[in-house]
Amino acid sequence: MRVSLLKSLAVVATLVAVPGVVSAQEVTGAGATFPAPVYAKWADAYNKATGIRINYQSVGSGAGMRQIRGKTVDFGASDAPLSDADLAKDGLIQFPTVIGGVVPVVNIKGITPGQMKLTGPVFADIYLGKITRWNDPAIGALNPGVPLPDAAIAVVRRADGSGTSFLFTNYLSKVSPEWKAKVGEGTAVNWPTGAGGKGNEGVSAFVQRLPNSIGYVEYAYAKQNKMSYVQMRNQAGNFVAPSDTTFKAAAAGAEWSKSFNQVLTDQPAKDAWPITGATFIMMHVKQDKPQQAAAALKFFDWAYSNGDKMADELDYVPMPDAVEGIIRTQWRKITDSAGKSVVN
Amino acid sequence: MSTLATTGLSSADIRPADVPALRPSGRLGDAVFANLTRLAAIVTLSLLVAIIVSLFIGAWPSIRHFGLPFLWTAEWDPVQEKFGGLVMIYGTVATSIIALLIAVPVSFGIAVFLTELSPKWLKRPLGTAIELLAAIPSIVYGMWGLLVFAPILAQYVQQPLQAVFGGVPIIGSLLSGAPVGIGILSAGIILAIMIIPFIAAVMRDVFEVTPALLKESAYGLGSTTWEVVSRVVLPYTKAGVVGGIMLGLGRALGETMAVTFVIGNFNQLDTLSLFQAANSITSALANEFAEATPGLHEASLIYLGLVLFFITLVVLSLSKLLLLQMRRSEGKET
Repeated sequence: MRVSLLKSLAVVATLVAVPGVVSAQEVTGAGATFPAPVYAKWADAYNKATGIRINYQSVGSGAGMRQIRGKTVDFGASDAPLSDADLAKDGLIQFPTVIGGVVPVVNIKGITPGQMKLTGPVFADIYLGKITRWNDPAIGALNPGVPLPDAAIAVVRRADGSGTSFLFTNYLSKVSPEWKAKVGEGTAVNWPTGAGGKGNEGVSAFVQRLPNSIGYVEYAYAKQNKMSYVQMRNQAGNFVAPSDTTFKAAAAGAEWSKSFNQVLTDQPAKDAWPITGATFIMMHVKQDKPQQAAAALKFFDWAYSNGDKMADELDYVPMPDAVEGIIRTQWRKITDSAGKSVVN
Repeated sequence: MSTLATTGLSSADIRPADVPALRPSGRLGDAVFANLTRLAAIVTLSLLVAIIVSLFIGAWPSIRHFGLPFLWTAEWDPVQEKFGGLVMIYGTVATSIIALLIAVPVSFGIAVFLTELSPKWLKRPLGTAIELLAAIPSIVYGMWGLLVFAPILAQYVQQPLQAVFGGVPIIGSLLSGAPVGIGILSAGIILAIMIIPFIAAVMRDVFEVTPALLKESAYGLGSTTWEVVSRVVLPYTKAGVVGGIMLGLGRALGETMAVTFVIGNFNQLDTLSLFQAANSITSALANEFAEATPGLHEASLIYLGLVLFFITLVVLSLSKLLLLQMRRSEGKET
């Protein structure tokens, strides 16, 4: 009897003590859904290596930004970088974690992955509703010898606000003045045409179901579903296929040392995939809870050093090593309330 | 109670001897229970008020900026920050009307069959099966609608209809649109399938409470089944029938996941075609809220929520008015 009483007391004591321990070693973040799988994988591996829990809620970039502004999380995550002025206004600092690409996909009978070639302006005209049929001369001129059907183009795009749409519309705004004037860029825009699918799953489901359709999805979805991706002509004038190499080429050309506010679309590099973008982490420069910030930065430091292979497996492209060096220097700007850097 | 008062007896006098009189603790229990129920009612009411107030506060920037023209402006442009809710309001109302047009006759048929015509051994399994339909999560209907139903609708309904009526002025434009099988009509049909179990279950239950005496008298006078249903059962149960339809309509107006899969989420009102991709209030909220930028975009989405709230309120009030009207005309007839 006495033994069991002691035992239950011990159990109660552990139950009371455990939450305290967990909250001290738990880092929370919230935001973009696009990098959520790789953050989850990193967090899992990091937890096994160090015992520290990283709790990432993939609630969407917009919601993530709200949470970091409200300081309810230790870090926010967004697919669209903030301008330097906005960062200064909110007292935030941002850094990129992984690179991804947006891939146009088509579903036309007899057309294999990579067989179709398009340019940015033609793409913009399709999404503006100006080019409505596959046998349009503008498409035909780029695809000599490809059997283009005499059929209407079923345009598919994202219905929900998303970083994927941001990259896509940002690219179209850069290559088509008409798109820039009429539609513009954003996570959600006033689409002139097309059916909206919810999420990458929704868009890829639509494109796979609808004959003669065109859509855009993240690279991982195009690759895993073996969809017919489209080769795009980049700024240098070369047709490129989406791959780790062409994403990295786009990322390497950006001037990261000047600012992390880099959207990697329409990069000038010879092999650059034109619709590439990094995903970002946002943290407060002045930290009320310096230990939490230090723990979060330790996690990302660990992820840059050990996470490249895990990112590769999930079809994300890790940041180039040189950029990781610049990021680590930038972290020194994050300080506690006394102005002392939280990393040493 | 009144008879008790006139005979001068108190309720204690006629209580059977073996039931003990209320003890003080019993009275206390009564008081506690009464206050608990009152509390529940008050909490619900204040929740309702709180929801309206917080919706109003959240929507205020958009209400101030766009005012009432928000209700009939069709532009929804998050980049330029110009917002109008007409497309979503139209989509919500149109899909719900289509759903009711399909669901009410079908549910009525199901209920009449189950209560009047079905052989006994079939009643229970059929009734249970229909109730089971109500338990399917809406996302399953949405996925089924997108992956199975939409292609069938496009191939076997939309394309033949377009081939036949393509050149006809008004009907042709009602059927125009890319042959993809998503849009107002498919959303309406999916909604109809979703609300049939609710309406049918309520109708069956109220039909069953019609006193057998009334029905058998009518049969005895030589009425056909249709005459019994239309002249005896329906008049007797109309409040319940209207209530069941309103329950279904409420579900249709508020349904989100299934609609967002099949409606196409298209914020332009180019044509009134049944096959045109469109949007509904709930679908726009579900899609855009997470990534909406704070400010006018977010406020406009909350404004849409407020509009939906009022649509539901109007629908409920109209149904109450309808019932009231029915009762009044009843008084005139007798």
